[in-house]
Order: sequence, then structure tokens, then C-alpha cells
Amino acid sequence: MKDQELYQEMILDHYRNPRNCCSMADATHCAEGDNPLCGDHLEVFVKVDGKIIQEINFQGSGCAVSQASASMMTESLKGRTVEEALEVFDKVHVMLTGYHPDDESENNKSLGKLEALSGVAQFPIRIKCASLAWHTLKSALKQEEEPVSTE
Amino acid sequence: MNREDFPLLSEGVYLDSGATTQKPLSVIERIDRYYRHENANVHRGVYELSARATAAYEEARETVARFINANRDEVIFTRGTTESINLAAFSFAEPLLKPGDEILISHMEHHANIVPWQLLCERTGAHLKVIPIDRKGNLDRLALRLMMTEKTKLLSLTHISNVLGTVNPVKEIIAEAHKQGIPVLIDGAQAIGRMPVDVRDLDADFYAFSGHKMYGPTGIGILYGKKKQLERMRPYQSGGDMILRVTFEKTTWNEIPHKFEAGTPHIAGAIGLAEAVRYLRGIGMEKVEAHEAKLMSYALEKLGQIGGLEIIGSPEKRSGALAFTLGDAHPHDIAHELAMKNIAVRAGHHCAQPLMNFYKVPAATRMSLGLYNSREDIDILAQALPEIREKFRL
Repeated sequence: MKDQELYQEMILDHYRNPRNCCSMADATHCAEGDNPLCGDHLEVFVKVDGKIIQEINFQGSGCAVSQASASMMTESLKGRTVEEALEVFDKVHVMLTGYHPDDESENNKSLGKLEALSGVAQFPIRIKCASLAWHTLKSALKQEEEPVSTE
Repeated sequence: MNREDFPLLSEGVYLDSGATTQKPLSVIERIDRYYRHENANVHRGVYELSARATAAYEEARETVARFINANRDEVIFTRGTTESINLAAFSFAEPLLKPGDEILISHMEHHANIVPWQLLCERTGAHLKVIPIDRKGNLDRLALRLMMTEKTKLLSLTHISNVLGTVNPVKEIIAEAHKQGIPVLIDGAQAIGRMPVDVRDLDADFYAFSGHKMYGPTGIGILYGKKKQLERMRPYQSGGDMILRVTFEKTTWNEIPHKFEAGTPHIAGAIGLAEAVRYLRGIGMEKVEAHEAKLMSYALEKLGQIGGLEIIGSPEKRSGALAFTLGDAHPHDIAHELAMKNIAVRAGHHCAQPLMNFYKVPAATRMSLGLYNSREDIDILAQALPEIREKFRL
């Protein structure tokens, strides 16, 4: 199964043309994430208004998988509620780590375009590349009570 | 050369010997034979089997000692280079240090030769000083001379950089340090399997290395220490085997090197390591060194021709490792694509983050050589890279 192409066209497209890739002056939530082992570094910025994610941006450096995952994340979560975003986080987590193989295909299908990232599960060493943006987002959203301002 | 001696090499191109070397069949079979025919605890049993295990274990020590031109009681078995350095930090350096004293390391060290000294400095109030390097990846010798003062209690330096491949002129540096009465520890992890090492000729006070980077098993390594240093050192871990007599009031330590080897040792590992030494002696370290030197020049030439490929550093003398960046491609993407073609290289910071920060790259791709590599391996690597560069072009 390992001959499956990890770098689907969609991943390469998001890597080359990352969406929502800039900082945000009026973010209500933000967080930084690192993969010290790879040297990957990401910042995620979110503007939440009435429980809805109005804007979501990222910036940073890393491999194609980490950049594409971050870009796809921002595209798929814009306009959704915080609660929905956290549900997507859980599903992406299952998809990347394959912890629930029984309903894996259902789970992945419900993710739409994000399913392009499912190939990562075959390469355990790359899971943290793909999940960095998502963990960073989660830590940003968890600071709900105390909005963090950007500098 | 000798590729056919290594069973696992049939699976592809292996260019990650700086991380760990593959094992020749003779080493694999020797460990197998130990467990089938000789397994017993050492230094204890009266029966024949234990005597045989003890003899094989102590013979292994002797074999390693001869390989580096040391006395057998100067060779301590450890788990690897990391533990060897930790042992020296705890048993040798710590009792010597007062607040304000200094330990010198260089900017090109592996984390294993940084962190133990950092923690030691925290415990003692000593300061860790870092010898700078130039852009080419050579040690700044002038700075080193100025940094060696009466406060310096130890210089701990790598023999060969695991990222740059820089071969440090350790013999000259040790002589300079000794003129000022400064003892020197050499991290020989990358050197021991690549060139002849004569600890007496180098005059190193300590020389640390791992079995698994010299075609032996993992989990076994060596700390060589000069007898006069080892004798005044306190034990490292404590328990069985490292004692002469134990009462609840007082315990007396065993002789060196046993004083530093608490508990049942990695007997199979030591015996496997000795077999790796025999394997290397059979080829000759001069020959290994010459073969890898030729191959490294070829790799520098071949990879140097690839557009967008930047080799990190250009030290005066390079051995073993060649790290590079390639266009916009991230090292993890490069290593992944190479892995799909059965080419094994290392990607990341190579456990040398301060060095990577110096070159302002978060990560790099590294190919490193073993005695079994050939020009063909380099050709296959070089052929694969341009396509990868294009795939990840921004």
C-alpha cells in the first residue's frame, strides 16, 4: 500500500499556492506550533465572531505536507462554528492516525476535500507534519475565554 | 566494497550510516552463537558456561582496547556515546567543578555533547563556553586558544561532525589543551568506524564512541579513559559488579574498569562489538578511510553539479557526512521521495540544532557513507534529486 502517492495534486496545489497565508492584525485567537524535530513552525490566527469563524489564516515554514494541511484547514473551516471546527479536528485526527479503522472510510468521506490528506496515515513519521496546523488551531481555540491579541 | 557481507543492503541504497551502520553477517552470527551456546551471567558463576561467557566478555574488552591502542582496564562498556559522555560528566568533571569554572565545547557538537554539559553546569554553577566555527565549518582555532584559560576544566570536542563531516585536528588541539593542563574528551561516534583511531597517539584523556556506528550492535558503546583519570573518578551507577565488598556501613569499589559497570552488562553487545572490530581489522581502517575519502570526493563532485543543491559547509577535511538543501524542497519531502525509491537518507536537524541555526536552515537532508557504499549509490541518489527539486518547486 505504501506506493500510494502521498502528494496528491491537491496537496501540491495548496503547497504551491497556500490559501489564507498571512498574519492577521485583528485575530481574536492565535497560537504557535512547532515540530522541533523537523524544524516546522506555524502560527494560526482566527477571528471568531458570534461563535462563527469569520477569518482563519496561517503562516510559517515546513514541508509540503504541513503547509498544505494548514492551507486546506483554513479553507475548510472558514465560516463554520467553533464547535464544528473542533468536530472536524477530531475527524481529521482519526483520519491521520487511523485509530478507528472500523468507521474510517465513513469518517474520511465526511471530510470532503480534506480526504486528500488521508495518505499520510500510511507514513507514521509524517503524521505530525499533517497534524501540526490542527493542533495549533485547537490550542488557539481553547483560549476562548481570554482572546489572545497579536503583536 | 564488501557489500555482500551485509544482508540488509539488498533492500536498497543505504546512505544513512551516520545514524547507524548496517551489520555484517559475521556480527549477526556471533550474537546468535552467543545466545545459543555461551549465554550465562559474567563474573559470577562457577560453572563452565559462566566461565565461557566471562572469558568472551573480557576478551571483547581486550579486542576493543587493542583496536584503539588502549589498555584493557581503560575501556569501559557503556550503552553508547551518549552514556559515555554522561559518565565522564558525572564521574570525572562534576567533582572538579566550582562555580565560575568553564567547560568548552564547539558550535558543531551533537546534542549528546551539549546537553550533558549544560545540565552539569546547572548543577555546579560552571559555565559552558562554545568555540565558534567559520562559515566553511572549520573550528576557529584562534578563538579556541583565547578561550582556554585557567578557568577551563575540560574541553569536549567532536572528532568528526555528524552534519558537516568536518574532521577536527584533534591531535593538535589536545596537545594545545594539555600545555595548559586542560583535559580533553573526544566524541568519536562518527570517527571510530571511518578512520584509524589511536587514543595513545592522540593523547586524549577520554574517547567516547558507539558500537552501532562501527558495524556492531546497538546498546553497546565505549568510554576510553586514561588510567590516571579513571582511577581518581567516582563511580557512575551503583549496584552489583562494581563493588569489592559491601556491608551496610561501607562499600568498597571494584577495580577499574569494573567500578564503572554496575549491574549485568550487555554481554552479547560487547561480544558483537568485538566481532565488528575483527571485521574492520580484517579490512583495515586505512583502507576504509581511503575508500570513503574517494567516495566523498565523488559525491561532492556529483551532487555539486545539481542545480539548486547547496552543500552545507566546505571544511578543510571532510569525512562521512554531506548535508545539503535543494531548491524549495523541504528535507522531509526530499527524504520521503527518496524513500519511495528505496534510498535511505536522513532529514531534519540531525540532533545539532545550534549548528543548524548557525547556517540558518531549520532542517537539511544528509547522506552519510559506510564502507559498503559505492559510486553507484551516489549515482542513484544524484539521479533522483533533480526530479524531486522540480516536484516541490514553488
